[in-house]
Order: sequence, then C-alpha cells, then structure tokens
Amino acid sequence: MSLELINVSKRVGVDQHIYPTDLKLDPGCINILLGTTLSGKTTLMQMMAGLDPLTTGSLRFNGQDVTKTAVQKRNVSMVYQQFINYPSFSVFENIASPLRVARVAENEIKRRVGEMAELMKLSAMLDRRPSELSGGQQQRTAMARALVKDADLVLLDEPLANLDFKLREELRDELPRLFADRNCVVVYATTEPVEALLFGGKTATLNEGRVTQFGDTGSIYRAPTDLISAKVFSEPPMNEAAVTKAGETMTLDDGTSWTASGTAASLGDGQYTLGLRPHHVVPAQTGRQPVKVKGVVQVAELSGSESMIHFMLATHSWVSQSHGIHPVEVGEMEEFYADVAEAFYFDASGQRITG
Amino acid sequence: MGKIENQKAWFFVLPVLFLVAFNALIPLMTVVNYSVQETFGDNTFFWAGLMWFEEVLLSERFHASLMRQMIFTFSILAIEIPLGVAIALTMPRKGPWVPVCLVLMALPLLIPWNVVGAMWNIFALPDIGLLGRTLNAIGFDYNFTRQPGDAWFTMILMDVWHWTSLVVLLAYAGLVSIPDAYYQAAKIDGAKPFAIFRYIQLPKMKRVLTIAVLLRFMDSFMIYTEPFVLTGGGPGNSTTLLSIDLVKIALGQFDLGPAAAMSLIYFLIILAMSWVFYTVMMRNEAK
Amino acid sequence: MAKITLKGLRHSYMPNPSKPADYALQELNVDWEDGGAYALLGPSGCGKTTLLNIISGLLTPSHGEILFDDEDVTRMQPDERHIAQVFQFPVVYDTMTVYDNLAFPLRNRGVPEPEVDKRVREIADMIDLTETLQNRAAGLTADGKQKISLGRGLVRSDVNVIMFDEPLTVIDPHLKWQLRSKLKELHQRVKTTMIYVTHDQTEALTFADKVVVMKDGQVVQIGTPVELFERPQHTFVGHFIGSPGMNVLPCEVRGGQAFFEGEPVATWNAVHAKEGAKLEVGVRPEFVSFSEKGLAVEITKVSDAGRFQIVDTRKGGRSIKLLVPDGAEIPEKHAHVSFKTDHTQVYSDGWLVTGGE
Repeated sequence: MSLELINVSKRVGVDQHIYPTDLKLDPGCINILLGTTLSGKTTLMQMMAGLDPLTTGSLRFNGQDVTKTAVQKRNVSMVYQQFINYPSFSVFENIASPLRVARVAENEIKRRVGEMAELMKLSAMLDRRPSELSGGQQQRTAMARALVKDADLVLLDEPLANLDFKLREELRDELPRLFADRNCVVVYATTEPVEALLFGGKTATLNEGRVTQFGDTGSIYRAPTDLISAKVFSEPPMNEAAVTKAGETMTLDDGTSWTASGTAASLGDGQYTLGLRPHHVVPAQTGRQPVKVKGVVQVAELSGSESMIHFMLATHSWVSQSHGIHPVEVGEMEEFYADVAEAFYFDASGQRITG
Repeated sequence: MGKIENQKAWFFVLPVLFLVAFNALIPLMTVVNYSVQETFGDNTFFWAGLMWFEEVLLSERFHASLMRQMIFTFSILAIEIPLGVAIALTMPRKGPWVPVCLVLMALPLLIPWNVVGAMWNIFALPDIGLLGRTLNAIGFDYNFTRQPGDAWFTMILMDVWHWTSLVVLLAYAGLVSIPDAYYQAAKIDGAKPFAIFRYIQLPKMKRVLTIAVLLRFMDSFMIYTEPFVLTGGGPGNSTTLLSIDLVKIALGQFDLGPAAAMSLIYFLIILAMSWVFYTVMMRNEAK
Repeated sequence: MAKITLKGLRHSYMPNPSKPADYALQELNVDWEDGGAYALLGPSGCGKTTLLNIISGLLTPSHGEILFDDEDVTRMQPDERHIAQVFQFPVVYDTMTVYDNLAFPLRNRGVPEPEVDKRVREIADMIDLTETLQNRAAGLTADGKQKISLGRGLVRSDVNVIMFDEPLTVIDPHLKWQLRSKLKELHQRVKTTMIYVTHDQTEALTFADKVVVMKDGQVVQIGTPVELFERPQHTFVGHFIGSPGMNVLPCEVRGGQAFFEGEPVATWNAVHAKEGAKLEVGVRPEFVSFSEKGLAVEITKVSDAGRFQIVDTRKGGRSIKLLVPDGAEIPEKHAHVSFKTDHTQVYSDGWLVTGGE
C-alpha cells in the first residue's frame, strides 16, 4: 500500500498554494508534514484526501490513479485540530458512526468499537456525550472514529494542538503505537519540530507551499539540504550569521574567528551563511570545537532545567540553550561557546555545503 | 475554497430553481407583460411601450403616496431602531429572567397582521376604545378616523408596538454574543457606560442592526394589511401608503396597465434603497 | 506597582459551602513582591482562573482578603484596583485604530492629550507597533492584538499589576516563541508586577521568577523554577513540570533505606519516611543514567528528541524514563540504571518527606 503524489500542485487565482510536488508515502511509519501555519500543510492533506481538486498532477494509491475518485470512495479518514464529534451521539455512537454508514453487522460494530475504546482508554465513558468529556477525551473519540473503519489513508491535521500540555505529551507517546501494526498510510501535520522528532518516521518540511526536503525524520534534522529546511526544523530558531573563509581562517561578521576543520576545511574561500542550533551555543566550554563568542544579553529564560539566553551577536539575534541554570545579567556582555563543529554552512543560494 | 466537480450537484439545486421560477419570475413576467400593454377589458391587448411608466412617474397621486410611504418608513425606523437597541440593552444577559423577557418580547410578533390592525382600530376608537377614551379624557382632542394627524400617530404607534420586538430580539442576539472578556477589559480600562456602548456594544451589534434596518425598511415599505384595517387609507387619502394606493388602482379601478407599471417601479425602489442601505452600512466592514 | 498579599483566601461558587470539595479555591496565603514575575500553573479546572479573577476584582472571594501594598482591595471594583489584564482571546476595540486603542485607558481617565500622545508612542515603540499605529486594530493578526491588549496596560503609569490569562492560546505556534520572550523582555524593562496564568509549563517556567502550581483548587507548591525542578514538593509537581515528567515508583522503606521491587534505591530523605503511608520514590529522567551496576531494566523504546534521546525502560511493570545525550551509545535490550542520590526522593501519600515532620 502506498500513496504517490506526482507533480501535484494547487493554484487559486494568482496564488500558488502548493508548488509542484512529488512524494511517495508508505505505511508502517508516520509521515509528518512539518511547517509553520499557512505553509500549506492543510491544503496538501486535503488534496491527498480528495477534498480539494489538484490544479496539476495526479495521485496514485497502490499504483492506481485516484485523482478523479470521489472522497467517499477513497476510504480516507481525517482528524482535525478542533475536536469534531457528533454532539448528540454518545461516545459509542460517535465511534460506531463510520461502521453504521458501511452497514457493518451490529455485533461486529460492538466488537470493533469495544476494541478501539480499549485502545484509546475510552471504555469507561462510552455512554457519555462529547460535551461531558475533557478535551483530551474528545480528541481521542475523534481519533477512534477515524481509526475504527480501517481506512487506507489516515490524515491527522495538528490533532494535539488544542490540548493541554501534559495531555499532548501523553498522546504523543500513544500515537505511534496505534499505527505501528496497521496497514494504512498515516500523514500527520504539525508545527512543532519536537513532535516530529519524537514520532520518528519520515518528515517532509514545508515552507510557503513547497516541500523543501523529505526523508527519515532524524536524518532531515541532522542533515538538512538547505537553509529553509534547517530553519523549519529548528525550535528555538536556528542561529545564523555571515561567515567568511580566507585560507584556513573562518571569520564571523562580528569578528570572531577560528581555524577551519571538518566540513569548514573543505570549503572554498568566500562568504557563507553559518547555521548553528541553539543547544550548540552554551555558556560552558564543551563540545568538539568550542569557539568563544560574545553578545549583549536581551532576555534570560531560566526554566529550572534549562537556560535560554537571547543575546545579540553583532546584528544577529542568537539564542543559547543549555542544561542547568546559568544566571546572567540582562543588558550585560556575556561569553558563550559556539561549537562550530556542529555548524551548517550554506552558500548564497541557501544550499548546504557538505564538503 | 475548493470546488467539487460533480455534475450531480445540479440536481440538488433544481428544486430551488423551480421554486424561484414559480414564486418570483413567472408572476413578475406577467406584471412586466401588463405594464407595457393597454387593454379595454375584452382580453385584447395593444402595445403601449413605456406609456404607463411615464404616466405613473408624472402623476401627482403617485408622488403623494410615495411621499407618505417615505415619511412612514423613516419615522418608524427612527423610532424602532433606537428604541429596540435601548430595550435590548436593559434586558438581562443571563439568569432566570432571560426566557421570560424573550417570550414577552416575541408576543406581538406572533399576532396576525389583520388582527393587529383590527385590535388597534378598536383600541383607538375615541368613543369605546381604551386608548381613544383615555386620550380624550385627559384633554386631547383625539379622533383617528377624522383627523389625519391622529391617524398617523395611531398608525405609527401600532407599527412600533408590533415590530420593535423584532429589533429588540436581533439586537439582543448581537449583545449576548459579546464575550465577557470585552466587558472585563473595558472595566479595567476605566471605560464609562457610554464608552462601552459606543466602542464595544454598538460595533458588535452592527451586523444584526444592518439586518434589522433592512428587514424593517422592506417590511414597512410594503406594509398593507395593518394600516388598511386600521384606517382604510383615510381620513381622505391622508394615510394612503403606496401599497394601499396600488391595490386601489389595480383592483378598485381595474387599471391593470398603470398598476403593473407602478408595481415594477415600487419593486425597483425597494431594491435600490435596500442596496443603498446595505452598501452604506457595510462600507467599513470590507477593510 | 505594588506588592500583593493574599490572606486566608478561599472561594466557593456555592452559596453555603460546607466541605472542602465545595471550594473552587482552597485556603491560600501568598506574598508577591513588587515588580516580580509570577505564574499560576495547573491543568484545566485547577482553580487558577478563579484566583486570577479574584485578584483582578471580577470575582469577590467568599473568605479572606487581598492587599495591594497593605491596602485592602477585596471589595474594590477592577477599575479602582489599577490593574491591567490580557485575556485568552484578544480584546481590542475593533472600530478604533491601534493608536486610539492604546490611548483609550488614558483618555477614560482624563489624561491631557499631549501626555497621552507621549505615552502611546513610547509604549508602541516598546511593543513594536509604531508602524501600525494608524491602522484599524481589527485588521491585525492575533499576536498584534495581544500586544495591543498588553499595551493598554502598559500605557498607564498607575498600574499595580498586569495579569495574563493564557495569552498565547490563539497565537500561531511559530510566533508563540517570539511573543513569550517579548513578554519576558518587557517585564525586565518595566518591572511591573506581572501574574501569568497558564497550563503550559514551558511558558510558566520561562516567564516567572516564582511559580504557583495548583491542582484541584489547591496550591501544591510555590517556588522558583529551580526549586520546582529539583525539589518537587508533591509527585504531581514532579509529573506536571518537566518533559517527560518525574519517574514515580512505588517503594517501601526499611531502616531508613528505600526499596523498589526488592532492590535498594539510594535517596536523600528515606531516613525521615514513616511507614503506614503510601510511599513512592521520585526521580527525574534527567537524573537517571546507564551504569555498570544498579537496577536491571529492559529497554522498551528510544525516542529521538534532537538534542537528546528519551529512553523508556521497564522494571516490574513500571516505566522508568531517562534522558541520554544525542549520539550517546544505548544498550541493546537489557541494561542497568542508577539514580543521582541527591535528586532521588521519597514521597509519602504524594507529599515530599522532610526531616521536619
């Protein structure tokens, strides 16, 4: 089973919502669409579902062209950010509704709803109405309804975004297990890099209607092909600065310099953009090639287990993220160590140079 | 948003098309047909061009009834809208009294139009009606069947009694949809009651008020039953509104041509003025 | 600006509360210093919004009093208390421009126009709205509107406290981060007392100097982010704060030594534990590590969080999570883990066991 997008694009009037995209999504792991709000995640999903017609290109399911097939015939289910349930139905009837539409036998319905409720920890509240449930339970009901009918394609559009922090953590843990042994293609849209990482699977980074990179989640995080993909997959935002290479010396635009090694050593002379994730800029001298940088502290966020210090490196706003508590004075010049061995280098067109 | 390319969808629209055709288009075409022809009552018709339109537009009688119609409509709008808003503002937003108030408010709307007319006719009669007698008893020379001013007063009072409720209900719906946070924020910002009305309640009621003004405008411009039952258009022609005049021409005198032309003019006036109202009130909304 | 004292505060929405469960807010005594940044943190329905409304004056408490700088304000109206509040859903005056929105609280108080202009421009600059001053407020994005709400509080020079009720709820995720640090930056600049209500631990911990953790109408712990992280007074705090939360394992204590699944676990406070209560041992994933000896566990799942890995292990049907640096070796299936003694503690009926008992 697989879903293939071939040269798929979407244009509304003069606005290009989705640029031509090729993707091949397989079952067995969660396929994540990662991007900010309005990056095109929802549009792409609706096109996959058949809710939104394609401007160009075609969709293949198991090698068969389904571009013109109506949604009702595609065996798709979808979960939205808002908790969408039938308000006048009990939880049981909500979960059973797709099976009733499919005219499944009554005892079969009982069995499958029972199983699904067990899995979703809803067994105790099958008789309640959605309005009597907490947000997490409502969303679990919506998910149970999406999963009970054995859809070939399950689309989840930021399903955890409206939940309390701790509930989100819990469901994040449960979700990959739910899909582990199902033979269906799962697509999950999120704005949060950490969520993508924790789910593992595969990730497509989206930016302004373009899929910038697609592959194993971990490898995209650790080896972005370009500046935009790296930025999409970084929270807090990636630190950036202009860097010049001359001979063996790398010089940042604030004057900081060091001797090139590793990837940097293989670069030709010239100007590049350096990208460094905030956890590689820390107050202590650790890492493979720590280079001292200085900046005036703008904000200090100390969360008990972690310190996030925002400082100005010349004209760039940088963030240092480190374990433990590192008290600093706002407005003072402080020293940090940037582990340049972890840095990414991008050329003028934004492509990463891997050496 | 995405269009679903599905030819079957047209079948769902068909019933509505039929309804619109029967309800509006076909009768309207009949009217258009009559408005450009002349007949002498023996089922033979002659082409008359725009003669009837010219006649109606130039007639003193039409001007007079149109003027009366305008005065009536703008008077009741000027009274009902502020009054409706004022009543809605005093109604409780939550608690056990809400349903009571709503039912009380809705009551006048449930009474059939001709009953309203008949009721007010009797109520206002100077000799036996409660209103008429009371007014005379406290020293007013009140007789709506004889004095045009009194007839107008009664007609407007009746309309206000009957229809202010609609404005109240609409305005109330707008008011209760304002989240508490707005009132709380205004309290914190030190806003006085008038400022709360001006900057929170009024802007949030704007949409429903637009609908209220439009509905009341159209309804009152086409009003027939109530004033006809109340005054019959009199004394003299003093309360002969457009619709009453139209019926007099069409059925009383059986002048089908002028009546048809007048109907069309009447229809176009309502259409044009509704459009003007809507555009003016929604002007700032677009930004 | 003001110091805030809550004395014997309790609230019930019922007319005649009798038992503790009738109270939406259990008795509470707090001192908040002038100019501090505080957070009320807890899950939905924990009473944090009730407390916020009591402080702002939208709700009068059934018992107790609220003092602003030793002045009793318990029965005062919100506008008499000189407070400002930013709500969950942005409140702006739609028909006004951004400028008029910011000027509104000052004009209501009869401040002369030149002074209004000066303050509005100063604050607009602070919250990055100078460019949009003449735009209609209704046209702004959610984060812009929240900034206006905040700005209406900041323009007033007499504000005792600014309160935030889950202010980032409707903000786009990628902008949340920016607005959050903007709030922190503003606090560090203006030094007005600020109280921030949220269910999101990251928001609370990064914003506040001191966090009040609430559960079921009860304050469970008041402390600095560091205290909440290192010495959770209750297993709920341990679980609720930190991601993933604290590992909580049932244990027994014999002769001042804690045992989990029959194996000894070194803790710093087991000597004070008394028998008879439900005893648990708590340790954060940050303070668990793989070791040569220690508890034998089975590894069930490894999640990659980018900067580190979350390893889920099991022993005796209980889950023990630990954090491992990115790139570190992780054993195949069976491993031993050990806990940092000074961050491993015993809880009795949910509460931290201390020597004072």
